[in-house]
Amino acid sequence: MPIFRLEIENRPAVPDALATKTAQTLSAWLGLSPARIRTRKVYLCDLDINEAEAQKVLAAIADPVIEVAATGALPDGDSADPPVILTVSFLPGVTDAVGKSVKTACEDALGRTLTGQVYTGTMYLVWGLARADVERAAAEVLHNPLIQRIRIEEPPRTPDLTVPRAGVAQTPRTEVVPLRGLSDEALERLSRERLLALSIPEMHAARAHFEAEGREPTDAELECIAQTWSEHCKHKIFNAPIDYTDPEGRTRRIERGVFKTYVVAATEDVREARALSGIDGDAGDFLVSVFSDNAGVVRFTDDLHLVYKVETHNSPSALDPYGGAMTGIVGVNRDSFGCGLGADLLANVWGYCLGKPNHSGALPKGLMHPRRIREGVHHGVIDGGNQSGIPYMRGFELFDDRFVGKPLVYCGTVAAMPVETAGRPTHEKFTAPGDKIVMIGGRVGKDGIHGATFSSVELNESSPVQAVQIGDPITQKMMFDMLAEARDRGLYSGITDNGAGGLSSSVGEMAEASGGAEVDLARVPLKYPGLAPWEILVSEAQERMTVAVPPDKLEAFLALAARREVEATEIGTFTDSGRLVVWYGEEKACDLPLVFLHGGLPKVVRTARWSPPVRAFASSSDREKALAARPVGELLVSMLAQPNIRSGERYTRHYDHEVKGLAVVKPFVGVCRDIPATATVMRVRHGRDEGVVLGEGIHPHYSDLDTHAMALACADEGVRRVLSAGARIDRMAALDNFCWPDPIKSATTPDGEHKLAQLVRACEGLYEACVAYGLPLISGKDSMKNDATMGGVKISVPPTLLVSVIGQMKDVRRALTLAPRAPGDVVYLLGETDDACGESELSRLLGLTLDGVPRTDPRRFAARYHAFAAAHEAGLLRSAHVLSRGGLAVALSHLVMASELGLSVSLDAVGRGLSPAIALFSETTGRVVLTTRAEDSAALEARLSPHGLVRLGAVEPGVSGRGYLRIRHGGQTLAELGSDALRRAFQEESHAV
Amino acid sequence: MEDKRSPSSARTRSAALSRRNLMPSDVVKEARDVRVLVLTGYGLNCEAETAAGFSRAGATVDLVHLSEILERAGNADVLAGYHILAFIGGFSFGDHIQSGRVFANRLRFRLGDALSRFVDDGGLALGVCNGFQTLVCLGLLPGVSRARGAPLAAQQAALVHNDRLGYFDTWVKLAVDPGSPCVWTRGVGPTIEMPSRHGEGKLLFLDESLRDEVLASRLVPVRYADASGAPTEAWPDNPNGSPGGVAGLCDPTGRIFGLMPHPDAYLYPENHPDWIRQRDAGTLPSAGLGLRIFENGVRAALAG
Repeated sequence: MPIFRLEIENRPAVPDALATKTAQTLSAWLGLSPARIRTRKVYLCDLDINEAEAQKVLAAIADPVIEVAATGALPDGDSADPPVILTVSFLPGVTDAVGKSVKTACEDALGRTLTGQVYTGTMYLVWGLARADVERAAAEVLHNPLIQRIRIEEPPRTPDLTVPRAGVAQTPRTEVVPLRGLSDEALERLSRERLLALSIPEMHAARAHFEAEGREPTDAELECIAQTWSEHCKHKIFNAPIDYTDPEGRTRRIERGVFKTYVVAATEDVREARALSGIDGDAGDFLVSVFSDNAGVVRFTDDLHLVYKVETHNSPSALDPYGGAMTGIVGVNRDSFGCGLGADLLANVWGYCLGKPNHSGALPKGLMHPRRIREGVHHGVIDGGNQSGIPYMRGFELFDDRFVGKPLVYCGTVAAMPVETAGRPTHEKFTAPGDKIVMIGGRVGKDGIHGATFSSVELNESSPVQAVQIGDPITQKMMFDMLAEARDRGLYSGITDNGAGGLSSSVGEMAEASGGAEVDLARVPLKYPGLAPWEILVSEAQERMTVAVPPDKLEAFLALAARREVEATEIGTFTDSGRLVVWYGEEKACDLPLVFLHGGLPKVVRTARWSPPVRAFASSSDREKALAARPVGELLVSMLAQPNIRSGERYTRHYDHEVKGLAVVKPFVGVCRDIPATATVMRVRHGRDEGVVLGEGIHPHYSDLDTHAMALACADEGVRRVLSAGARIDRMAALDNFCWPDPIKSATTPDGEHKLAQLVRACEGLYEACVAYGLPLISGKDSMKNDATMGGVKISVPPTLLVSVIGQMKDVRRALTLAPRAPGDVVYLLGETDDACGESELSRLLGLTLDGVPRTDPRRFAARYHAFAAAHEAGLLRSAHVLSRGGLAVALSHLVMASELGLSVSLDAVGRGLSPAIALFSETTGRVVLTTRAEDSAALEARLSPHGLVRLGAVEPGVSGRGYLRIRHGGQTLAELGSDALRRAFQEESHAV
Repeated sequence: MEDKRSPSSARTRSAALSRRNLMPSDVVKEARDVRVLVLTGYGLNCEAETAAGFSRAGATVDLVHLSEILERAGNADVLAGYHILAFIGGFSFGDHIQSGRVFANRLRFRLGDALSRFVDDGGLALGVCNGFQTLVCLGLLPGVSRARGAPLAAQQAALVHNDRLGYFDTWVKLAVDPGSPCVWTRGVGPTIEMPSRHGEGKLLFLDESLRDEVLASRLVPVRYADASGAPTEAWPDNPNGSPGGVAGLCDPTGRIFGLMPHPDAYLYPENHPDWIRQRDAGTLPSAGLGLRIFENGVRAALAG
């Protein structure tokens, strides 16, 4: 079967946008200036076709208007001026979604099904650079050796026909792994070498189980236990009893662990308070499904629930930013889709904590430059979400050099779930013994083996490359479309995502519902031959769901899948045997009691000790001296250009905000649509006016002073954001995403006890906020090993909590944005301001270590927010915006740029005895800047004065259509800045990256 | 598709109706007879908003997975009974190889005869974004050289990568040519705003003579415009660098229309980024202006 090489490039007169972009990147990042670049698409067809058919295929796929194409090689240009030719293609076994589509196109062109695969690549023909420069460009910009291979050549060349076929002919068998008699040292080595990430007590528990059964485990059983018991799947640190010692030396036992004691307790306390107050009336419980499924579910309207889940995908994004981050978004889409019997995906959110893109210091070997991680992560999530047809409604970037080791990549999905489907409540699965186990979607390969255990350890030089998966959003979209049809026809009884741990987790979890499962791995469709049974069991190959199909529906389910060109395979049966039994044909690979698998994990008491490092804070005189040297106007302009303050619009425009046609307040607002929205609002269904409101809070810098204050600040900001957009105060819910450095004391983590104490304090703060704000936590994720050790250098992320808040509106037409509306309106600050500049943007701008982290008083603030929401209900608010990073000054700048109106404000009443700079840049929580009509100001003051309402000034007409910010204090004008000056600093395009 | 009426007879009946002096509410009632087929699947994703657009314009909409149509493609009348074919936005087959290429090939190979017959019978078609790319790949747009009764024409134009590589999302202003034969843009303008979001939207013609013919026949109903409403090639008002600001095309009958921006994403007044300012100024429309494109299509189907 000959291999045909197809090369396609644009006609000479047609611009080559990829070449232009490549030249720009090489110049900006590496200082290389190629004279010219051309790019080509390469398709290697390893199919059962002949020469004539290859020509027919080529004619069908090349564009007759703009492209030239050839089988074999296209001419490489004038031999007197030869290019250096770089070809980038995939390593064996890496997902090649384009190749899959080319094969489909070949089949359509030839009118028959084909066997084999198509392998794709990209050629760069580079003139004016030496071969060594092209090699450098390949290494630092154009390819990732973990997933791609390169070939560099010069003409004349012979067309390269080697294809990265994957797999081996012989199939490995299940092996027995003896545990009996192994020393602890040997057990530890076994755990490390197989990447089981199991501790000694866990290995002992496993050994004891098999000793009781009178046998040794198979490799598949050990792997299955390791996946199920991984930190990623079992949240061991979150569930462990903790002995917590405070700085005064008092110790107490948190017996039920932080998850139950704080996270679940917050939700249960809110549930109870709602029940007592009767707030839900006849509508039914607000909390429909929490902590029990792939995502949280809350009540929305009579016929719809809302579903929300936010995930992190940190470790894979460090290794392959594009593929790792794309897998994050397509993976969390499966979580929300696979909740209950299936929900309709509505909106995506993203957020990245990254090293500074202009990082200039030396990087430990093995780490990518943060700007490359940034580019790749954005690109991956953009492709993954856009191709899924889901609008992005929130996004943020946060920079700190402690994120160069592991970037934090948050991806989230909101979905709408019909209250009932085919006569059953949609949020409940009803899997029963006898239901068939069907795997649907992508095929299984070695990609993503050990993802769950890998994310439970630190990143280092020996991190496994196969832990990287690449998403294929189109295969997933086709699967979702088909499953939505199947759901509406009632063709299945349960569904879950194949994510971390692969089939071992998905079948293992679903088996709990029926009481057992029996699977035959030999029936699982593979991408290529040669996978060991244990590999098939734990592979995290993407785009797969596991579905429970009642036997009488199986034929209809499989027929529908076939019609939609979605691969679905029956691989076993749910049982009530109490065991997970896995076969590979005749060979038994795994036979584990569910009780042991899900309950056999030994609990270890962890130790936490709150011993904050002593920090040398700048004195107040140092601070005043630093502030006195710079006028506040100049400080403000510098502040707007800070990495964590500036617009971020540049990347965001590449995300689709409009698909589905439901968006009302979009991620960027204002006259020039370049100001990040306080919160976003969208309709949920066509023709209906109810809406969903999204906002969030994230403040890792405050963790350096106190994680308790940090957590409160995050929850407070999330709540303030959605309320500022007009959300109902009685229908808010939140997700907690903890990303922590390893909090377990060890040789490599001597300060583990303090980091665990930081976790305890954060959870306490989160609990206090949630109870005070009536904010149930409905889903979450904890990622506990965000450390990287490369070349002996350990880099750990700061303790980071993301609180994502989902709010609701009865009528989206009552939404507010941050933009002031008309001259004459009055500008107010709601909430007292105090001196809270510790770990603020001001402290980083001045380069000073300052004390005074923002202290959130959630009960007092809750009363404030109720009054605020009531004022909106009464129609007294015209615009509202939160004060966040950069304080009042940044918020006011947003108002000016968004409205292009003038703002004239006085700081006289802001704070008590604060200097103007502190009044402007303090990051005191609980504050909102709002506007009202002059005629409504008395009514507004009557309502909000008890809650710290300060009249700042008035909205004025702009000058020649341009807004300005005038800041007065003590009768003097301290600064007057036009919107052009503000915007120049604020727009990223103004800054070299 | 139980209804096997031939489109021509359906339109004859509609045409008779249209000659009556109908009140607007009657138009909506009669519009129920206008049947729209929205093709879905394979990574397309704008079915909900497209269906909502035609439904709000009064028509009866069928969302059908292309595989269901292809299964019956042996029957050349598979599209009979429909007055409007909607080619929606999204990422058919991931836009791999080239946007719209794999999807259009599948249509050309397996539904080509039915499509050319649908066009010859006076059917209407709207292609948005990926749908526009598909119509161009199918040779249905600009569709100047195909003779009645002939198979689908060869491709005559192409939508290539934006000058600034990559997907880009922004609201654009379109200048509408009142002299275009396009039935979908009648009475719209002089400008209309809607979101644009794509990575491959720069329109190039096979050659200059074809371009001249298209321009002379006024087959460019919409062009990217600057703030003053004048057609522009400058980014970001023109998000892809399309020469002459060409944002869409129609065929010489004016019944086949495709464009890169999304009228389907402006069905509600609150879709517009400035809706609060518009409301304050008293200029907020009662419905999203993109709806007018759908209403025009339904009206043209009624008029026969």
